[in-house]
Amino acid sequence: MPEPVLRLEGLRKNFGSLVVTDDITLDVMPGEMHAIIGPNGAGKTTLINQISGLIPPDEGKILFAGADVTALPPEARALRGLSRSFQISSILPGFPVLENVALAVQAREGSSLRFFGRAADETALNAPAMTALEQTGIADRAHVRAGELSHGEKRALELAIALAMKPTLLLLDEPMAGIGREETERQVELLLRLKGQLTMILVEHDMAAVFALADRISVLIRGRVLITGMPDEVRADPQVVAAYLGAQME
Amino acid sequence: MSGTLFLVQVLNGLQLGVLLFLIAAGLTLVFGVMDFINLAHGVQYMLGAYLAVAFYGVVGNFLAALILALLAALAFGLLLEFLIFRHLYERDHLDQVIATFGIILFLNHAVRVIWGAAPLTLPVPDFFTGTVVLMDGQLYPVWRLVIIASGLVVAASLYGLVSFTRIGMLVRAGATNARMVSALGVNIERLFMIVFGFGTMLAGFAGIMIAPIISVEPGMGDNILILAFVVIVIGGIGSIRGAFLAALLIGLVDTLGRSFSIDILRLMMGPSPARMAGPAIASMLIYVLMAIVLYVRPAGLFPTRGR
Amino acid sequence: MSGAPLAAPGKPRALRPTRDVVLPILMFLVFALLPLFALLTAKQYLLDIGARMMVFAVAAVALDLLVGYAGLISFGHAAFVGLGAYAVGILSAHGVDDALISLPVAIVVSMLFAWLTGVVCLRTKGAYFIMITLAFGQMVYFIATSLAPYGGDNGLTIAARNTIVGWPLLKSDRAFYYFTLLCLLATYLFCRALVVSRFGRVLRGTRENATRMATIGFDARRFQLFAYVIAGGLGGFSGFLLANLTEFVSPAYMSWQQSGELIVMVILGGVGTLDGAIIGSAAYLLAEEWLSGFTENWKVIFGPILVLIVLFARGGLIGIASRLWRRSGHA
Repeated sequence: MPEPVLRLEGLRKNFGSLVVTDDITLDVMPGEMHAIIGPNGAGKTTLINQISGLIPPDEGKILFAGADVTALPPEARALRGLSRSFQISSILPGFPVLENVALAVQAREGSSLRFFGRAADETALNAPAMTALEQTGIADRAHVRAGELSHGEKRALELAIALAMKPTLLLLDEPMAGIGREETERQVELLLRLKGQLTMILVEHDMAAVFALADRISVLIRGRVLITGMPDEVRADPQVVAAYLGAQME
Repeated sequence: MSGTLFLVQVLNGLQLGVLLFLIAAGLTLVFGVMDFINLAHGVQYMLGAYLAVAFYGVVGNFLAALILALLAALAFGLLLEFLIFRHLYERDHLDQVIATFGIILFLNHAVRVIWGAAPLTLPVPDFFTGTVVLMDGQLYPVWRLVIIASGLVVAASLYGLVSFTRIGMLVRAGATNARMVSALGVNIERLFMIVFGFGTMLAGFAGIMIAPIISVEPGMGDNILILAFVVIVIGGIGSIRGAFLAALLIGLVDTLGRSFSIDILRLMMGPSPARMAGPAIASMLIYVLMAIVLYVRPAGLFPTRGR
Repeated sequence: MSGAPLAAPGKPRALRPTRDVVLPILMFLVFALLPLFALLTAKQYLLDIGARMMVFAVAAVALDLLVGYAGLISFGHAAFVGLGAYAVGILSAHGVDDALISLPVAIVVSMLFAWLTGVVCLRTKGAYFIMITLAFGQMVYFIATSLAPYGGDNGLTIAARNTIVGWPLLKSDRAFYYFTLLCLLATYLFCRALVVSRFGRVLRGTRENATRMATIGFDARRFQLFAYVIAGGLGGFSGFLLANLTEFVSPAYMSWQQSGELIVMVILGGVGTLDGAIIGSAAYLLAEEWLSGFTENWKVIFGPILVLIVLFARGGLIGIASRLWRRSGHA
């Protein structure tokens, strides 16, 4: 049995008296595309925030590539290979698109304590950044100010930034949120191409995308994992259908 | 160092603390509810003092002067809010800092133009002149005790207002999340104006009460403003309770520190170095205290922000 | 403000010749030629005002680094200036008056103070940060006022300007003026390089979206601390120059009002431009000279001007000039 890339043990998070993460134990295996689905308010984004380090859990452990990262800040986790995209595009609107991605490359490419030299001109950073932009299909917008991109282009930039980090584990928080049919298909195609090359956790509401992509699915209801299994298992599970999928599949 | 001297300095510390609370309360509320850095709060304190002196010159009665000065200070504060501050709530902190700094410059020099640079005085009201005997024949000015008492009364009333009335609840809610309160249909503009006006009155009241004891001069609000900032930062922005505790703490630490620093240091070093280092360490004391508190709790002792 | 807007979509960012090259050259040319002008018009005091402008400009440029690029509103910047000045003053009082010692000491002391206080300050955010920097500035101010052997409240006169390797090269006002000009130029070029460097880019990125930068792998606080220490050191540099210019040090150099004035200088010129800091210092000191000719209480006029600038003229003098430039038909 290979070591899981990510292991969550007994994760718990309360906001006041509201239990948002209720004793979650989960393994994500190397190379897998693991989807997390569930109704709104199930605690999916809070879970992603705990994994990426933006919110500390109240109880439980997070093990990433075998190491206990529960106490590590997000930047430390990022440098170990944990990358994420945000549900609401979190980019640097004042910077050109290329620099947004180049910064992600810069974080792991030599020291950033360099006070001289124009960072924007560095080929060592720009070339890998361009590659990521080509992968996500927005290379032609490389020199545009990121704040001027369309919503769909911003989602693509989100993904490009996450990919440029050459992550071991990629957390995708609703990458298809708010984008049209065509762009969704493009994203799905891209993710299919990436499958196997990296481990991914996909939080999504778009069920077509989930079932096209996922190797395994975990269903989150009210902060608890109801079931983890292969797509067909999950699709057929009566509890899941009753609590969530029934409405989704209408 | 005698027991009575210590008692006197404790009382002085309480008096300073109460004064700081009156100023800090308005500052922390405005900050907490409106996220507005008001550097001009110190000149509102100064204005209260000047207005009290001015009205006293006209009516010759302290109580009347106090009421008139309070009303005038309130009016001026609301004018500032309407003309200037209202447009800055949505701006970033840098803009607020610069604008309120400009108001400090303006008012510090405006009072100089109107009243001259020489310090002014206000006599203690007749009923409260004189001293009271503490222990061992040590005398203590009655007026200082009046300040302490009035400050405590205001603190208690403020606490009651904020905890038990509807408007107080709105203020507390606003301090945690103003946008939410607005979204719930509360007239946030009016709430802001009330909070601001109240804070202005408290600062003005502090200025009026302290005027009989210190000299009223341009720039008198500057140093106490900094102390008030230290208070609200330690207490937690938006928290009246925090402001109260921190104000008393700062008042006591600063006063006792200044009085006894040389004596305490003399226990550890010779009299000459103690006399040199004492005042320096005394002035540093509250800032070191603030640094320690913020290191352990970067949002103060009683943070209210839910945003 | 992270830099120039882009020339056109699809094209890499071009240098805006007017703003990025012509303006700074013009500024420094004016400063370089001022002594000549002073000589020709027999207005020697211009030399003094010009030197003052440049000395404060060094501090203001450093502050712009923090405020305009790192997004850290430091209201205690004058403390670094004061520390640098007092380093010169105290060393001089003990007979050490060579710049070879005084300058490094001034810079190191300010950097040390910046590092120690920065570690605490940077744990706070937003308004807390502003106020804690303010309070630390006050702390230094009060320490200075209580330094009885070094003048306390009244300040300390310095016997003479620093020598350079034993030679009194700074004695002549004109020599000192050009020395200061070189120092300002060096500071300006250093900061210009810094903001486009890798380090500067991280700093600017952190200002724009700290969460994103963290999830990319950048520890915001580490970079901010570096910036704070660098700015502190440059502030100390400015203090070294100030002490030599006036041959006097006083606690007033580090009052919070002085910190406020430094922020005003940055805003007046245009925050986040570096050029603005220099222009703002010049404009502020010019306004002080001119307006105080009318009345001692010139701040009664200047205060409302500040409020008006905040309300209506964001971007300061450079912002106003840019808008006029664009409106007159230029790109």
